[in-house]
Amino acid sequence: MIKMTLDMFLQHLTNGISLGSLYALIAIGYTMVYGILRLINFAHGDIFMMATYFTFFGVLFGGKWYIVFPITIILTALLGMLVEISAYRNLRDAPKISILISAIGASFLIENLAIVIFGGRPKAFPTIPLFTSVVHIRNISIQRLTFIIPVVTVILLLSLLFLINKTKTGMAMRAVSKDHETARLMGINVDRTISITFGIGSALAAVGGIMWGLKFPQIQPLMGVMPGLKCFIAAVIGGIGSISGAVIGGFILGIGEIMLVALLPSLTGYRDAFAFILLIAILLLKPTGIMGEKISEKV
Amino acid sequence: MLKIEDLVVAYGGIEALKGISLEVEEGKIVTLVGANGAGKSTTLRAITGLVKPKSGSITYNGVNLLGMKTQDIVKKGITLVPEGRRIFPNLTVLENLRLGAFFRKDVNTIKNDLDWVYNLFPRLKERSWQMAGTLSGGEQQMLAVGRALMSKPKLLMMDEPSLGLAPMIVKDIFNIIKEIHNQGVTILLIEQNANAALHTAHIGYVIETGMIKLKGEGQDLLKNDEIRKAYLGENVSN
Repeated sequence: MIKMTLDMFLQHLTNGISLGSLYALIAIGYTMVYGILRLINFAHGDIFMMATYFTFFGVLFGGKWYIVFPITIILTALLGMLVEISAYRNLRDAPKISILISAIGASFLIENLAIVIFGGRPKAFPTIPLFTSVVHIRNISIQRLTFIIPVVTVILLLSLLFLINKTKTGMAMRAVSKDHETARLMGINVDRTISITFGIGSALAAVGGIMWGLKFPQIQPLMGVMPGLKCFIAAVIGGIGSISGAVIGGFILGIGEIMLVALLPSLTGYRDAFAFILLIAILLLKPTGIMGEKISEKV
Repeated sequence: MLKIEDLVVAYGGIEALKGISLEVEEGKIVTLVGANGAGKSTTLRAITGLVKPKSGSITYNGVNLLGMKTQDIVKKGITLVPEGRRIFPNLTVLENLRLGAFFRKDVNTIKNDLDWVYNLFPRLKERSWQMAGTLSGGEQQMLAVGRALMSKPKLLMMDEPSLGLAPMIVKDIFNIIKEIHNQGVTILLIEQNANAALHTAHIGYVIETGMIKLKGEGQDLLKNDEIRKAYLGENVSN
């Protein structure tokens, strides 16, 4: 057995929580899009990757972080909406498989465009001392970012839940997620509502991307693939379609991954496999996920 | 008020409507009766822009509705209570009603209309915080009607409001339809329950395999032998 001091455990736990928060932010985008279109947006991980490049170039051209970050978020939201309009909108009434293939196509397109435009070689993400400097508590030394990430995630999550449950736009989103046609009969602009959903999901992925870049400061065009897959898994574990489920799934995955490596260092190489094993397990044991919607419904 | 001429709607290659014409006059209750698959629902779906007609015309107070988006047609004061109720089960009763008034900007009068709907359906007020999916079938139908009324329609269209409901509740629903009509709303009603529908309506149309077969006053159609045989059975009011 590995002996672990309390300090070490706390350090691992904070790392796990902060990684889990990042997963959660990205997983929300998957779950929102699935909720409204019943589509796995495979391009989501690549949208996340693009956000890191927006920030990279913003800082490269001398922008201050408090200007570059909001611009990154806006550009990424617009990119998400553009993907929806160009790759998914015309396929609303097509068979599910068509839109799924279109999603995979959109993902490959973004990845390869990024390779052509930015080059395949990794770039160093800017370090911003306000976020990346290290603080010491007891015997633990931790990046400020490790604390900032969960706080930002919680604030964004609460704002999102407020938007969805308390505002008119949120009501329209919930209505569209159940029944496009009847939503139209209510005078809801379904296309616009779906666009807004993509915009919000992508904006959250942008925040995730920025913080990911600060935490793991090396970016490259295929960096979105593995986090994208893992966050999709997080969304499935939590129950796809459920926002709180995506957050719970993100935390389970993030903390589980870090703890696995910490407790069983010999399994470090299997770190990514952990997510997929968890996916298989949940699909076998509870296919609807932890917070998944019940299928049965009174008609 | 609403005028349909030579309307043809096809799904794939199959024509569901083969050139129907009908008119809904302001202030009337008009019903369209017919068997399953006759094209009743398709007619309403074409009016609300949910399906694209192949040819023909639909005008509402002289305005051409063809090619308009559903969300804009609804704003003109036409609303549809869809077949199977189609309430939003994941929203509360109150939220469902609010959605009915989604596009309206007149916040103050929405409140009055909510009171009006609660007055028509006191049960909805009792259950306003409940998830709509937990309501009984009859309550869900009331909610679907109430939700449509929240858009303050001039023309209310109903697709099989009595479907799957107990006879007592069907009676309630038809009383409510009269009540709504008395408040000045024009009604276009689709029913398989021809007996109840023709008793309630001023004008009835009989539709058969995509064509209008008969038109007449509700009471006259009830006496028509052909109708008695085809839709009313002998004494059975299905």
